[in-house]
Amino acid sequence: MSADTLTVAAGTGAHPLHYAAASGVFSLSWLLIVLPLAGAAVLLIGGRRTDKFGHVIGTAAAAASFVVGVVLFAALLGRDGDNRAISQHLYSWIPVNGFQVDVGLLVDQLSIVFVLLITGVGTLIHIYSIGYMAHDPARRKFFGYMNLFLASMLLLVLGNNFLSLYAGWELVGLSSYLLIKFWEDRPAAATAANKAFYMNRVGDVGLALAIMFMFATVGSTGFADVFGAAAGGVIGYGTITAIALLLLLGACGKSGQFPLQAWLPDAMEGPTPISALIHAATMVTAGVYLIVRSAPIFNETQAARTVVVIIGAITILLGCVIGCAYDDIKKVLAYSTVSQIGYMFLAVGLGPAGYALGIMHLLAHGFFKAGLFLGAGSVIHAMDDDQDMRHYGGLWRYMPVTWATFGLGYLAIIGFPGLSGFFTKDRIIETAFDKGGTSGYLLGSIALLGAGITAFYMTRLFLMTFHGTKRWSSEGAEAHHPHEAPVSMTGPMIVLAFGSVFAGGLFVLGHSLQDWLEPVAGEGEGVHTFSPLVLTLLTLVVTIGGFGAAYLRYQLRPVAVQAPTDSEVTLVTVAARHDLFANTFNETVAMRPGQFLTRFLVWLDLVGVDGLVRGSAAGIGGLSGRMRRLQTGFVRSYALSMLGGAVLVVGALLLVRG
Amino acid sequence: MNPANYLILAALLFTIGTVGVLVRRNAIVVFMSIELMLNASNLTLVTFSRIHGTLDGQIMAFFVMVVAAAEVVIGLAIILSIFRTRRSASVDDVNLLKY
Amino acid sequence: MNTVPWLTIMLLVPAVGAVVVGFLPRRRATLAKQLTLAITLVVLVLAVLATVAYEPKRAGFQFAQHHSWISTFGISYSVGADGISLVLMLLAAVLLPVVVLSSWDEVDGPEPGGDGLAAPAGGGRGGATPAGPAGGVGAGGGVATGGVATGGVATGGVEGGGGGTAVLVAAPPAPPAVGLGEPVPARGTEARGQRSVPAFFALLLALETGMIGVFAATDVFLFYVFFEAMLIPMYFLIGSYGPVKEQAQRSYAAVKFLVYSLLGGLLMLAAVIGLYVVSAQHLAHGTFDFATLRQLEITPGVQKLLFLGFFVAFAIKAPLFPFHTWLPDAGAQAPTGAAVLLVGVLDKVGTFGLIRYCIPLFPDAADYFAPMVLALAVIGIFYGALLAIGQRDMKRLVSYTSLAHFGFIALGTFAFTSQAGTGAVLYMVNHGLSTGLLFLVVGFLVARRGTRDVAAYGGLAKITPILAGVFLIAGLSSLALPGTNSFVSEFLVLVGTFTVNKALAIVATTGIVLAAIYILYLYQRTMTGPVTHEENRALLDLSVREKIVVAPMVALIIGLGVYPKPIIDIIRPSVTATFADIGKHDPAPTHPAAAQPGGHS
Repeated sequence: MSADTLTVAAGTGAHPLHYAAASGVFSLSWLLIVLPLAGAAVLLIGGRRTDKFGHVIGTAAAAASFVVGVVLFAALLGRDGDNRAISQHLYSWIPVNGFQVDVGLLVDQLSIVFVLLITGVGTLIHIYSIGYMAHDPARRKFFGYMNLFLASMLLLVLGNNFLSLYAGWELVGLSSYLLIKFWEDRPAAATAANKAFYMNRVGDVGLALAIMFMFATVGSTGFADVFGAAAGGVIGYGTITAIALLLLLGACGKSGQFPLQAWLPDAMEGPTPISALIHAATMVTAGVYLIVRSAPIFNETQAARTVVVIIGAITILLGCVIGCAYDDIKKVLAYSTVSQIGYMFLAVGLGPAGYALGIMHLLAHGFFKAGLFLGAGSVIHAMDDDQDMRHYGGLWRYMPVTWATFGLGYLAIIGFPGLSGFFTKDRIIETAFDKGGTSGYLLGSIALLGAGITAFYMTRLFLMTFHGTKRWSSEGAEAHHPHEAPVSMTGPMIVLAFGSVFAGGLFVLGHSLQDWLEPVAGEGEGVHTFSPLVLTLLTLVVTIGGFGAAYLRYQLRPVAVQAPTDSEVTLVTVAARHDLFANTFNETVAMRPGQFLTRFLVWLDLVGVDGLVRGSAAGIGGLSGRMRRLQTGFVRSYALSMLGGAVLVVGALLLVRG
Repeated sequence: MNPANYLILAALLFTIGTVGVLVRRNAIVVFMSIELMLNASNLTLVTFSRIHGTLDGQIMAFFVMVVAAAEVVIGLAIILSIFRTRRSASVDDVNLLKY
Repeated sequence: MNTVPWLTIMLLVPAVGAVVVGFLPRRRATLAKQLTLAITLVVLVLAVLATVAYEPKRAGFQFAQHHSWISTFGISYSVGADGISLVLMLLAAVLLPVVVLSSWDEVDGPEPGGDGLAAPAGGGRGGATPAGPAGGVGAGGGVATGGVATGGVATGGVEGGGGGTAVLVAAPPAPPAVGLGEPVPARGTEARGQRSVPAFFALLLALETGMIGVFAATDVFLFYVFFEAMLIPMYFLIGSYGPVKEQAQRSYAAVKFLVYSLLGGLLMLAAVIGLYVVSAQHLAHGTFDFATLRQLEITPGVQKLLFLGFFVAFAIKAPLFPFHTWLPDAGAQAPTGAAVLLVGVLDKVGTFGLIRYCIPLFPDAADYFAPMVLALAVIGIFYGALLAIGQRDMKRLVSYTSLAHFGFIALGTFAFTSQAGTGAVLYMVNHGLSTGLLFLVVGFLVARRGTRDVAAYGGLAKITPILAGVFLIAGLSSLALPGTNSFVSEFLVLVGTFTVNKALAIVATTGIVLAAIYILYLYQRTMTGPVTHEENRALLDLSVREKIVVAPMVALIIGLGVYPKPIIDIIRPSVTATFADIGKHDPAPTHPAAAQPGGHS
């Protein structure tokens, strides 16, 4: 579209935002998507013929896309700050009179950061998967799906209008579905995949409706038009709040936020690299991307931002509390993801002050959570697919590289000073307090409390897995022989560990990331409620508290191999073990009535609607049966009826002539 | 002579024929009653032809006669074959053609 | 350029073909198949050429032809194409070769019984001779071919088919045939030919003639004639070529289909005649010519009556809730190929009729009844989806999903915006492809396993990965995932509806969650999990012929999802003109973007 050179006021900062037309190296940005897409096509259509070298193609496609991303990033760096949004029109997709939707890409400060994260972490996880899936007969298909995911995710972040974004949005849902049910002969995996798709679709309804609202209001779905109108303040408050809330519904579905969080832990049925790539580092953070991308819309509506903050806060606590109760290493990490994304939502809900922080935490989280998942995968691999932490213990001796990389990720997530989580999470807590007023204190306290609980459950996880007594045997029927993973797996883990350590510092130093994102996300200057130093110390104290509690409980006291039964633990633990009854809620409110309704309708259709049809047929049949009896076979009765008929006709004629 | 008398006669004949068809059981008698009705209508046609001074009615009467003759042929043939197979000429005995 | 009478040629080729194929002797089954395939391919080429020759920018009907037929009543043979009818003819032309190829062996006997039947025939002969103590070995084969050997003409073929499957599953190797001087192979083929193969393909061709005719007709009476004529081949296809073992159910389904459609058809006939009478009052002489009729100013009261006459016919044909109960029966009992055509094209005549006849001919009545139609549409979306979730018979399930999709189409048609209307017409095409493919894949499964019961499957993704993949693609298209064709049309329908009626669009949009459930729940039950039935382990993946059948469908589904512009460009002008004619224009956005880009290229 020719909005390429449109200038709109972005956010409250009123910085002019140019969508420059793509030229030079930027006219190749479509390669970002097409490369992994081609990889997926080759692997999925090629079939078994590509079994031998499928993983190479897949990894190469991801890496090539990463290289293109780096080149584009370098090219963006070479342009001046206000001229870093490049829009590329590819082709006209759905042109119907007023509704003109193109397939177009937008490379700007925000999307390029995501491109680097997706392709970078994506490539690492591709490499990791070569080793992790080495013994799986369907490894080629796995790489095909992963490439499909990369292409979809890149479409999501690169689309220059909401409908392209929506296409990517649903396609990542598809890839996620395909990969969760990758081992589809396991009923649990198939069910989890379906659950993920259904709940995502609930969110997708929100996003779809938001897009319809945009079109009905602005007459376009392009970022430039929609944001221009939103920032121009011409859209009514009610409408823009409705749009924002619908966008939020979509974001909640994709990012596993309250009340649509229940699918994410179940999604851990997928292979661990998938949990790392899709359900930790990239796809589930798409909700955050959506909100930051729609910053001009959210800037206009305080009400919607408040809802975002509330959802973020609820989710932080919910994820933390449940994370403390599970013994399945991947489920704990999954709930940790839920709660960390809660932090991001909290941040972006704070408005211009928090957008960049949300993205910052998202990137740091991408590194350390991917690293943690890969480490967990390495442990699971070593323990012959046993995911129960109660069966681990003392593993550090057997897999030192995993221990070290996992440990760095662990320190990063709990906010060890100097590591990435320290910089990013502390800033969010700080900004929450800076919001001021009662709500500021409340949000800040929740975020602080979350940090403490995070320290507790992550320490619990780390200690139960790598330290303490060996709770597995190396002999007998259920012998395990834990061993370090091959280089293809440890390599990516090491790289991600580096990222976990240094990323945060890199982003924060000299405000680099905030300045970079400022044209897209705007900048908010708040008044500090507390001095940053006080808050940092406070956070540290809380974190140490959480760590200490876990250390006392899981290092100094032995861990039972058998989980205590529900009657032996507190009510809170019981509730947490049952996901705070989220699944029970979903079942009672949605599933069971739905099943009942379905069965009732099937019955109604058969007996009611079709019954009516068959009933009328039977009625006519019965009537004919009766009337048939009039045909007695006696000629004289026929003659009589003829006479009667003739008399009637004559009589009628006389009457009419009258 | 008053043409109305012919019409009254025709009506009487027609009524006799109708009653005959309805009450008699013997197929031959029923048949004769039908012929009576046909001829009653012929008489009516001819009368009206006379009244109106056109030949249409008379022509129609000839048609009726031809049809009646053809009908007699077929009808008697049917009655005869029924009589041969069932040894009866009663119309109430042949009621096989029913529901 | 338009001097070529494309439509007449497209009508004549399959019509003549039907006669030729129909008169082939039964023995020439292969020739009949090849000939039919060739004819349908010729029609496809013609349709593509016509599409290329079509000029979307020009208003009115193109390739129009007009010959007086029954001049007393102003009835004429007039055909013509606009964007709406052209894409539907194209759809029919695309689906026909696919259907022919997919039905290649279906009539011969349950696939792959076609080949398998030879072996049990040997076993049966063994059992029938005194030298065969093997009677107990292959009970199924013995019974089946026993019937054949004794020349049981009436039921031999039917039983033979059934026995074929039974033997396939469980029969041990048949004992060698003991010398029996009978020309058994010949009888074998004869028994299989109980259901005449040439007749089946002739019926398909007759159906194609009807389908093209009904879309091409621009004379309302001619339309009616084709509308009813299509019923005849479909009636026989369901009644004579449905599942071999379900004689009673398939007759029931065929009669139900026929009676239902006839009921609607007769109501329409009444309305057609009414239209003629009205035209006779307005003009010097009555006419059935569509272009003339749409110029008439009919009084609102009469419009309402005539509208209802047409509407009920189309609502039954489409079908819309609550006129749908024939569809699950017909869909389940029709042979796979016929089911594809039934749901893919035949039902589109209903939705096509709504936008082609109901709206332009009776604009006031359409306005008046729009709330009712929209309500039925939305009810249909949810009703069909929920019932689909609750089905255990796969073909019935797919039929019910169609009910939901027809809800979307009706919604788009009666929202009266160019987006929704274009989306609805595009939806007709897309639904033909996606549900057609879904029916084909389900048909492959049923042919392999011999049952439509979902519970008989499970875990097939491991055994038949390609089939499972195609199944998933068809399903994803059915649930309107972006990147597949249906997304474009569904979104257009919803966004177009949204601009005029937010509440309705919001309700309808939530229906997409149910779409995900019925498709993925079906996939989960059939394809994932462990293999619960041992006999399923022997199922074969797609054969080369089946791959050729599905490949063009998959390509179209994805191709039209990624780049639908060419086909939208054909549909859009006609739909826009239709709505502009009755005074409906798209509402302008409430707050147009500051600088509305000149993107309206």
